[in-house]
Order: sequence, then structure tokens, then C-alpha cells
Amino acid sequence: METLITRYRNVTILAAVLFAQVLGLAVQVKRSSENESSRLIRIWAISVVTPLEKAIVGMQHGVGNLWHGYVYLRGVRQENRDLKAEIEKLRLEEVRLNQDAEQGRRLQSLLGFKEQYISRTVAAQVIGSSGSEQLRSVYIDKGSHDGIDKDMAVITADGVVGKVLRVFNSTSQVLLINDQSSGVGAIVEKSRLQGVLRGTPVGEVVLEKVMADEQVQSGDKVLTSGGDQIFPKGLPVGVVTKVTKGNELFLNIRIQPFTNLSRLEEVLVITQKAEKAPAVTEAGPTRAVDVLSQRLPSVPDKPPPEVPKKPVAATDKETNQTPTGKPNRPEVAGTTTKPSGTPKPAANVGSAPKAAAAPVTVKPATTSKPEPITINVSQPTAKPQPTAPEQNPETPPEPTPTEEKPH
Amino acid sequence: MPVITYTSQEQIEVYRFSIPVAIGVPLIALVAQAFLPRWLPFLTIFNLPFLVVIFFAVARRNPISGLLTGGAIGALQDALGGQYIGMYGIAQTVVGYGASSLGVKLDVENAGARFLVTLFFYVTHEVVYFTVARGLVGMTLEWSWMRELGSALANAILAVFLFALLDRFKRRT
Repeated sequence: METLITRYRNVTILAAVLFAQVLGLAVQVKRSSENESSRLIRIWAISVVTPLEKAIVGMQHGVGNLWHGYVYLRGVRQENRDLKAEIEKLRLEEVRLNQDAEQGRRLQSLLGFKEQYISRTVAAQVIGSSGSEQLRSVYIDKGSHDGIDKDMAVITADGVVGKVLRVFNSTSQVLLINDQSSGVGAIVEKSRLQGVLRGTPVGEVVLEKVMADEQVQSGDKVLTSGGDQIFPKGLPVGVVTKVTKGNELFLNIRIQPFTNLSRLEEVLVITQKAEKAPAVTEAGPTRAVDVLSQRLPSVPDKPPPEVPKKPVAATDKETNQTPTGKPNRPEVAGTTTKPSGTPKPAANVGSAPKAAAAPVTVKPATTSKPEPITINVSQPTAKPQPTAPEQNPETPPEPTPTEEKPH
Repeated sequence: MPVITYTSQEQIEVYRFSIPVAIGVPLIALVAQAFLPRWLPFLTIFNLPFLVVIFFAVARRNPISGLLTGGAIGALQDALGGQYIGMYGIAQTVVGYGASSLGVKLDVENAGARFLVTLFFYVTHEVVYFTVARGLVGMTLEWSWMRELGSALANAILAVFLFALLDRFKRRT
């Protein structure tokens, strides 16, 4: 026997090493609950390799910043001008979107919906990948010391990236959404069909579990549905590129992710989510008069009422406060005149929202020349009454002085 | 009269490497494998740790050393890749053993032989890996001959140049 082992020493050692590895593999597969026995060897490997990767990435960024920040400044002036113009445009767009969002929140609040909010994120840099086609993952330079935990969602400004698979002290491994073992709850934006987003062995992303009789078209946007309890609802995922009949009852929907998963550099890890019912902000929806008053700083506040018979407090509450408690600007609605006696021409409010839907006509009630000021806002607003504080038809009626606005 | 063939033990040289090279080269290969595809995703087609295993195994011509080197590099590759430790480990162990056993019997120092050896062992590596992944771990991997042969070809071409570079670190025993 001894002679046999000596003669076939190499083969015996090979068999022993293979057997040990197969045994170790079997143990890991059995304990696939991730509190794995192989954690130590991973920590060793990661702690040996990632400092090198961090150093290379740091050096690369240093050189890049030096070049782009101090040397290669061609076209920066023009870019600056373009960006300023873009900011102006976006500010106007923001006003419009705020109105829509506020309206949505108000309706959700009425219906008692709860919504998940991203309340804290940690920015991280991608320092490496798995280097394998079988497992699509990347390493980021933030770990448990930075508040990263397992199963946290990872996103970019473009869309969803993946989730945290493993966490080490100063590094984490992120499983990308195009890995075949990943799964993300998703919804088609237009048709509101829900499915599960999965990766394929070749690194594509497909939407599964959508019935074959449903209508999904190329170009439809796909968002997170929030059903996986990892990604908050409504994050952009990608766009449908191809829809074919699957093998079974389901459609085979191919998705092109918005984020370029093979060129990731900076990502955001969502470290804290908050679930709460959407609250309507104190300011309430931005209305045409609010926009106008902000853009006309010379318009004075309303003088105190001339009839002093009413108690002052009651008068204030009745006339100078909106239902949300915000000081009203009735002068724009037409209850007072400007000192000059003429309203500001429409040209002066030219920076009012351009993405207008419904024009709001404001008639100064007490001016000698009732020239209307027309601004464009998206939210249809009722024509203001000349003598009463403005009311939005969608807002609740103005509270009496004894009422308190719930926050 | 004894006939000395080209592949006789007398003509085959056994090499060894300094400790920095023996540790540094696999480490650089692992870092490069994890790092380079960040910028150039198509580089995942290359398997640098595998090439390093082949190089050391063939140069040392010691099956035990070959299989241990393969097992260690494979385990590190698994650890970095995030998969079960042992999947690449088993495949690299087989490759390390096979390449070093072949190195004992044949001269694989010239470019043509290196190309063929790498081509052959890359396919062997992938077959073992897929067998382990499907049979032991239960992963659903798709085997594509086109992709595997393309990868084998790319790795074999790279091996010719990489091995010529690494030859500078060899020391005769």
C-alpha cells in the first residue's frame, strides 16, 4: 500500500487536494446563507488586493483632476455659459414640477399612501470588478466603516446599479443588476405591469414574469417597483429594447439599463430609507401669484385693512394668511394697487415658467387701467377674486381663525 | 547506445523563481484581472491568473508544485470574484497539475508549443469549471463553443507574449 502511494504520489496528492476543495465547496453550498465559512479567505484576498486598486484609482483620478482642472480648460467659458442657461431653464422647469409633485403628494396623503424616501446616501468610487464573466460584480471603496451594509441599494444619477453583496471594513462588493443571480422588482412605466428584472449568463438584463398577453413595447421605460424591499419605488432602471414571446406563458422582454454597467466610476449607496406618508409642504403648492410675487420684488405688502372695526388678530388670519399659514400676497391678486398706480408690464415677468399649460390672468382690481398681467403656469388656477385672498380650487377651503392646519 | 531524444529529462531544464516573483506575479495578475475590465470590459475574455498558473507549472515542471500553485491562485480568484471558493480552485488545480506533468514530458519552451498548450488547457479549464459550476454548485451557465474557443485563442496568443516577458524572471536550478 505504501509503495502504491509512493509510486502514485503526485496523483494521490492531486486527488487529496481536489477532494478537499470539493468538500469545501459542498460546505459553502450548504451554508449559502452568506454567513459563510470562507469569509476569512475572502477578507485576506480583499485586503491584499484592494489597497493596490485604491492606489491605482487614486492616482488615476489625481492625474485626471490635474489635467482637467488646471491644464485642459478649452471651451470651459462656453460650457459655463451653456450651463448657466441650462440652470435658468431647469429652475423654471422645477417650478412646474414642484406643482405636479405637490399635487401628487397631496392626493397620496388623502389616500393614506405610504412612500419610501431616500433619506441618506453615501458616494463611493468603483475600484475594481470581479474580473469574471460568470459573476458580474464590482468593488467600491466604502465599507462597514462608512455605514454600508449588506443588501443596500446602489444607484447612479442615471439609474439603478445593483445591491451590496458583501461588506468588508473599507470595501464592499456590489452585485450588478445584469448578474444572473440578481433580481429587482420592476414596473413598466406606461402600462404599470410588474415583473422581475434579472441578468442573463451573457450579461443582458431581462424583465421576467410578464404574461404573454400583456402589451409591452420597445421604448417603454422601466422603473423599480419597490416590491423587493431593497430599491425604493420609482428609480429609473432602463428601457425596453426587444419584446419576444417566451417559452412559457411569459414574455421575454430585454432591457437596456440606463446606467452603463461596464463603465461605472462613481455610485451612490442608499444607506437609509424612510417610509412615511407623503406630507404636503407648509408652503402648499406654488401658485401663479406666488411665482409672480417672487419675481416682482418691488410690489409692496398689503397695507392693513382700512376698516378697523374687526379685531386685528382675526383680520390678520382671515386676510393675510393662506390656509397653510403662509403670508398671502393679495396685492398681486388685485386687491391693492402699486404705488405708481400701474401694474408691472408683462414683459417684466418674462422669466415666468415657459412650460406653461394654462394661462392665468390676473386683473388688478383697483387700478385705473385694468391691464391684465398674463403669466403661464402649468397648474390650472382659478381666476382670482378681486377682493378675497386667492384660492386654488384644489385646496381645501380657507380655515376659520379657530381652525388649525394639521401638519 | 543510448538515444537522447529532444524530450529526454537531460534536455529539459527546470526553473525556479525568487519569492518576490513567485508572490508578486500572481498578485499582479489577480489585480489586473479585477481592475482592467473596468475600463476595457472586453478584457474579461482574458484569464490572467490562468496564464500565470500555466507559466509557473510548465517552468517548474513539478506536478505537486503546479497543482498547489494552481489551487492557491484559483482560490484567491474565487475569493475576489465573490463566488464559492473552490470553483476556480479546482479548475486551476487540474490545469496546474496537467501543465506541469506535460512540462516534464515535453519541451514547451517555444512559442508554438506554448500556444498549443495554452489553447488545450484553457478548454480543459473551462470544461472543469462548467462541470463544477453546474454539477456541484447548481449554477445555470450557458456553454458556447464559439465563445470558449474565441477566449482560448485570445488567451493562447496573449500567452506567447506574456510568457516571453516572464521568462526574464526564470532562474536555472
